[in-house]
Amino acid sequence: MTSTTHRSADEIGRTELGPRPLPPLGPTRAVPLPDVEERVLPNGLRVLAAHRPGVPMVELRLRVPFAGDEPEHPAVAELLASTLLTGTATRDRVGIDDELAAVGADLGVNVDPERLQIGGSGLADGLPDLLGVLADVLTAATHPDGEVARERDRLVERISVARAQPRTIAREALQRKRFGDHPITREMPTGEAVAAVTVEQVRALHAAALVPGGSTLVLVGDIDPANAIAQVEKAVSGWVSDSPARELSTPPPITPSDLLLVHRAGSVQSQLRLSAPALRRHDPRYAALQLANLVFGGYFSSRWMENVREDKGYTYGAHSGIEFVPGGAVLGVETDVASDVTAPALLETRYELGRITAVPPTAAEVDAARAYAVGSLLISLDNQGGLASTLSALAADGLGIDWLRAHPARLESVTVEQVAEAALEFFAPTAFTGVVVGDADVIGARVRALGGITGP
Amino acid sequence: MPAPELHRTTLPNGLRVLVVPDPATPVVGVAVHVDVGFRSEPEGRTGFAHLFEHLMFQGSESLEKLAHFRHVQGSGGVFNGSTHQDYTDYFQVLPAAALERALFLEADRLRAPKLTQENLRNQIDVVKEEIRLNVLNRPYGGFPWILLPPVLYDTFPNAHNGYGDFSELEQASLEDAAAFFDTYYSPANAQVTVAGYLDVEETLRLVEKHFGDIPARPAPQRPSFGEPLPTGERRQSVIDAHAPLPAIALGYRMPDPGSDLDGYLGHALLGSVLGDGEAARLQRRLVHVDGLVTDISASAGLMGPLDARDPDTFTITAVHPSAVDPDRVLAAVDEELDKLAAEGPSTEELARQVARWSAGLHQENDRVMYRMLGLGARELLYGRAEISAELPDRLAAVTPEQVRAAAAALRSGGRGVLLVEPKEGE
Repeated sequence: MTSTTHRSADEIGRTELGPRPLPPLGPTRAVPLPDVEERVLPNGLRVLAAHRPGVPMVELRLRVPFAGDEPEHPAVAELLASTLLTGTATRDRVGIDDELAAVGADLGVNVDPERLQIGGSGLADGLPDLLGVLADVLTAATHPDGEVARERDRLVERISVARAQPRTIAREALQRKRFGDHPITREMPTGEAVAAVTVEQVRALHAAALVPGGSTLVLVGDIDPANAIAQVEKAVSGWVSDSPARELSTPPPITPSDLLLVHRAGSVQSQLRLSAPALRRHDPRYAALQLANLVFGGYFSSRWMENVREDKGYTYGAHSGIEFVPGGAVLGVETDVASDVTAPALLETRYELGRITAVPPTAAEVDAARAYAVGSLLISLDNQGGLASTLSALAADGLGIDWLRAHPARLESVTVEQVAEAALEFFAPTAFTGVVVGDADVIGARVRALGGITGP
Repeated sequence: MPAPELHRTTLPNGLRVLVVPDPATPVVGVAVHVDVGFRSEPEGRTGFAHLFEHLMFQGSESLEKLAHFRHVQGSGGVFNGSTHQDYTDYFQVLPAAALERALFLEADRLRAPKLTQENLRNQIDVVKEEIRLNVLNRPYGGFPWILLPPVLYDTFPNAHNGYGDFSELEQASLEDAAAFFDTYYSPANAQVTVAGYLDVEETLRLVEKHFGDIPARPAPQRPSFGEPLPTGERRQSVIDAHAPLPAIALGYRMPDPGSDLDGYLGHALLGSVLGDGEAARLQRRLVHVDGLVTDISASAGLMGPLDARDPDTFTITAVHPSAVDPDRVLAAVDEELDKLAAEGPSTEELARQVARWSAGLHQENDRVMYRMLGLGARELLYGRAEISAELPDRLAAVTPEQVRAAAAALRSGGRGVLLVEPKEGE
């Protein structure tokens, strides 16, 4: 179509020399992880700091356990997060942003049923300024009336946009299906609930729940760790509270059951979301489960992906993974497929779940998954932000950099048999529950015919 | 931060090579940038450049289908590819031990990809799912990168949908694929970038070993995609069945980044002054003071700054409540642009935005993957990977007057206005 004289597809795929051998791998380099300095400040805030030069930046992650049982909690928490950076006793919204920008810094706040997180970064030599703004909003945010009113309207609008996303609809349905009405399911409040929040509620929640005890601050970058911790102590000394941050209770264990069919009119794709119990990182079988998950659907070269994408063309992506919840972990099996192939895609998904239990991973499959687990860990930690996020997540789970350092060896020592055992226990089709979201008028008959599904 | 060492060579078959060592990381990346993007695909075959990108992962003379993925990931690496206006990239990042394997994998498919009917049909299905996922089944799908160009541009290369129409994707043939490969995937039309933990001499030797015997073919003549500047305002509305709120996108033409980089950067910083952060002008005025829009942003480049040759697009996008007339949004944007066109930003205002940009560039450079892709794209598009290292200084040198001039240019030229409207009754 573009050149008048070109070779045929057949000619293009052949050379005189013929196929060539794959070169071997060279020697492996170890994961260079810095030491992490750690201290609990007098106000109860735990601070972790690591020297990671390379670029003259520092990454910051503050994690505050932020659970709440009251029905209005998610709406108040969202509005609190939206107005945290909009005013303090001495700075207004623009002043806060100007001060951050002057040192190349950004701060962002987000909240979920488990924690409130303030994440950001800035030029390393601006760390005192970044910490100054952070401490100011933690101790003296005023949540000004006008800002709360405006952010409340915006939040209602943003929620309407988010709820139009199929992935949001599917996530909500899955959370309800696997955790009932436990607070962990309340990831996004309704617009009505947000509209009813008062400024007094926002300020009261800030005073009661945005507290240092039980919270963790991670700093990674071109910094001196001891000095950085001293700077944090100086900046946040006025951030105090008698009560500790609120941990989310453990959600109920997943009960295997039929999938729930959820109707979304006019959908041209369906969301398949299956879930089963899994293991925390602390469990001695965790590494084996991690490898079993990779072989099933945890990376591109997995059985499920190769089947439903590269063989059948049902989907652009199919992914399984381990998600951590308080006190435990769950497996998630997720893909989006066109309406007309929803039933066949579900059939293949169940087939692959059955197959990994009945036809366990081979040594070659396990070795490939192992190399990927080690290598992708290395790659994810090759930058300050990746290391900071990982340290923050591990700290929340009571683990430190030693766990990270030892993990490649843990992955290396897992046997093929251990992976097979993990696959049998955790991927058995009988362990799962979940949802299928789509246009029930189009997909319903064929999906129901497969059995194991309830709903409209 | 010191500028990265850049080592260049060109193989006898025309393949350009850029090697960038970094002793501080344990990983290495290999990228192949091919000088063809969706602007070059022929009429009647919209989406073909992207579809062809998918086909390049489907096997080669030495590697059966699926082997490429398995070898990259089974060596501990990650991979991807992407199709842009003017280029298509293929890349992998792996533990340094896998460098030669990565070079082998990229060379093998650039030399002799296995293009089969079965893989073509399969990947047409996969691409259609990608489009359903990213465009058809979600609110604001393709906003604004697919929807805005046909409002601002007249010619097929600039105006058409780079993801492609289903009917045209379905008509794609193996013959099309063979012609596309022989025309555009010549070694003289491509560039290899290797970055990370490596020895320069050894890497150059390995590049030569694996890519050197790809037979030379002529590089295609690259046409200009230039078209006259639009005069006046062009407006179009589209209905989005999934969108709960209306949205608006404004598109303006920008200076040629190749011949007027500083003019281009003036527009880039104008985008920041307008849209980056709570203190930015459009945020303050339209979001917080007037309450006209839910969210607003402004930026240079339809797919990001310095990601295409001329012509490229400056965009302002916003989502707003149904009760707000879009003309009120336009009027407020114009007022803010007029203010900037008259007075320019203050020195401090501009300095803050430059500091944020520098920090963002540092973050980009902190990851081997992004550093490599940035260097590779700038080398291919503008012939100067150095631009990546120079950007902090060049941005810092942009004056308030240049940003003022950029605002004045937006106000004096034509523009495209796209209105996205929710479906009636929803």
